[in-house]
Amino acid sequence: MSTKKKNPVWTFFASVKLALFLLFVLAATSIIGTIIQQNQPFSTYVHEYGQKTAELFQKLELTDMYNSWWFLSLLGIFSINLIVCSLERIPNVIRIVKKDNLAIDPARLAKMGLKKTVSLASSPDEAVLTVDNFLTSKGWKADRREKKGGTLLYAEKGAWTRFGVYIVHLSILVILLGAVIGSPTFAKKVLHKPKFAFKGSIMIPESRQTDYIYSLPGGEKIDLGFAVRCNFFTIEYYSNGMPKTYLSKVSVLENGKPVVLDNGTTEWDLKVNRPLTYRGITFYQSSYQPYSDFLTILKKKETDQKETKIISGGHQIKTGFANISFGILNQEVRGEAVQRIKIWFGGDDAAPAIFWVNNGQKAIIKRPSGEYELIVKQLYATGLQVTKDPGVWFVYIGCGMMLLGLYVAFFMSHRKIYCFVSPGKSQGCTVLFAGSAHKNKLGFEKVFFRLVNEFESGNS
Amino acid sequence: MNSSQLFGITTLSYLFSSIFYAALLIFKSKKAGRLGFWSAVFGVLVQTAALGLRWYESYQIGIGHAPLTNMYESLVFFAWCTTLFYIYIECRYKASVVGAFVMPFAVAAMAYASFASRINQEISPLVPALQSNWLLAHVITCFIGYGAFAVAGGLGIMYLIKARSGSNPPGSVAGSLPELRVIDDLTHKTIIFGFMWLSAGIITGAVWANEAWGTYWSWDPKETWSIITWFIYALTLHARFTRGWSGKRIAWLAILGFISVFFTYFGVNFLLAGLHSYGSS
Repeated sequence: MSTKKKNPVWTFFASVKLALFLLFVLAATSIIGTIIQQNQPFSTYVHEYGQKTAELFQKLELTDMYNSWWFLSLLGIFSINLIVCSLERIPNVIRIVKKDNLAIDPARLAKMGLKKTVSLASSPDEAVLTVDNFLTSKGWKADRREKKGGTLLYAEKGAWTRFGVYIVHLSILVILLGAVIGSPTFAKKVLHKPKFAFKGSIMIPESRQTDYIYSLPGGEKIDLGFAVRCNFFTIEYYSNGMPKTYLSKVSVLENGKPVVLDNGTTEWDLKVNRPLTYRGITFYQSSYQPYSDFLTILKKKETDQKETKIISGGHQIKTGFANISFGILNQEVRGEAVQRIKIWFGGDDAAPAIFWVNNGQKAIIKRPSGEYELIVKQLYATGLQVTKDPGVWFVYIGCGMMLLGLYVAFFMSHRKIYCFVSPGKSQGCTVLFAGSAHKNKLGFEKVFFRLVNEFESGNS
Repeated sequence: MNSSQLFGITTLSYLFSSIFYAALLIFKSKKAGRLGFWSAVFGVLVQTAALGLRWYESYQIGIGHAPLTNMYESLVFFAWCTTLFYIYIECRYKASVVGAFVMPFAVAAMAYASFASRINQEISPLVPALQSNWLLAHVITCFIGYGAFAVAGGLGIMYLIKARSGSNPPGSVAGSLPELRVIDDLTHKTIIFGFMWLSAGIITGAVWANEAWGTYWSWDPKETWSIITWFIYALTLHARFTRGWSGKRIAWLAILGFISVFFTYFGVNFLLAGLHSYGSS
């Protein structure tokens, strides 16, 4: 234990009892937020628990408890506790790791848990070399020192693994740091840069684009600095009616021009579990909204000329193609989803045609003025969740460190092997092997005896 | 032969295994212990085949995904992990009476999956949120952890029974239990193993949530309960490493931890609302 820092605040935070207490309090208080639904409107709590209790909840911030001042303070104290506890103990670990193990009195080797004596016919000097070479060949690089009555060799492995638990502690701090860096509240209130980290959402109707989103919660407008266009949205279903895919085809536009995205094209298939990241901002498929309007794409086959328009049912539009106009007469709806659409298609060149076409399916119309392809589909808006989280890589690195640290702390150990070579009573010499491990002693016992037995059978 | 029939055979094997282990505990019949072990091994082999077959069947009906996507499949997988982990413990540490305290968990999971009316056994296709490579990593890591914690909970109960009986007169049930020191050590090792996998499970879940929703942590009840469980085991490990806790106190914490695991896995789906609603039917 350190002697220089004895101020009471330090002592308070250096206590493991505090750590145990905090772990308990964090576990216990976290339960509250799983029982009281979080972030509901005040009226919901009044309805469910009554006016007085609802007010109490609000006073204690139990309705958004994981962001409440007292829960965040708990996490803060927990972090300080973690840091101080680690700082308090690391010097001691460094001392153990740096310890001059050759300074040990050879007489103490005989009292170690693992030991075995091997007699050799060779002279002590030769034996020291033999032992040294043997250990080196087995991956145990030994140091040696002349002692009273013989030579001591010492080799160790995994001294650094004593730091495993501190890798875990550090990983928690790295994760929490990442959480702070990526926190929209921190970006807004501390950095005064709401665009540094945010969460938000936006609804984009097909064929439309947006260059801003609305923050969540709060609903403030945040400029993206580029535009996102939804070219197309569709839902695919399994045969049993369950949704299979929510698909938005989106493009990113800089100065009105589509840019090439990570997939090498200007269009990205945005699906659940397949977000699009552009300039640090990530877009996630999260909802959709059907409209009563229709998206129409008319193409003239000969010229490949294309025209995209939005029209409502019962209306007729003039197109950019010579004298062609069309409109929607009727529609067949199941729930909110349009199944079939009745279309009127006419112009000066021939008599008008009236036909049904399935939602989103291509219709081919041959007229004296050329061949036309018409797609009419119910207009949808895609709902995107939009996130900018510059802290996420800290979180991921912290997670990696945690797994690594846990493995080191639990499954690796600092193993030591000592060999004391002393002259035999009449001739030859004796080699005393001794060993220790600070963890998994059983595992090391096997390794130790396998090693010594191999030495014995090879040298006697 | 279809996978349901094989799962039926599995349930029976686990049931027999539990009964044999109970016989070992009560009558100290070594033979019963061997039978209990081999029933568990047989059951786990049949179940492995059944899991493979169910996976194959899902391809045959044109859905094609690993059998880890709803409550039925997760219960079955939980039983599989628990048994497999127990078999490993028995082979490694030769403590076969432990089976009497662990195999009932596997039987309960299998029986509940097969007979509870709220559990839907059909293979159903994956909703968009579950269509991810993280699904396998997340579920497997979590359930290895759950399996280990089930074993640790069983060991905790065993410890308390043994400790309560005091002097262990020869012939008593407690007399056939391993020494307290051995149970304590095993509990500790099992918790360490489970803690590692629980951490990995929470992490894979967080990464996946970030891929699908853009938030790696949203304090939804399932997430919150998993971190509560993590706190409890972290507390247990620190109490042992730094304060030297052992014996009864660790046994109680192992039981408390498993109750928390049980609630994370089961209670949340049925009692609380949240994003993890896939597992509730």
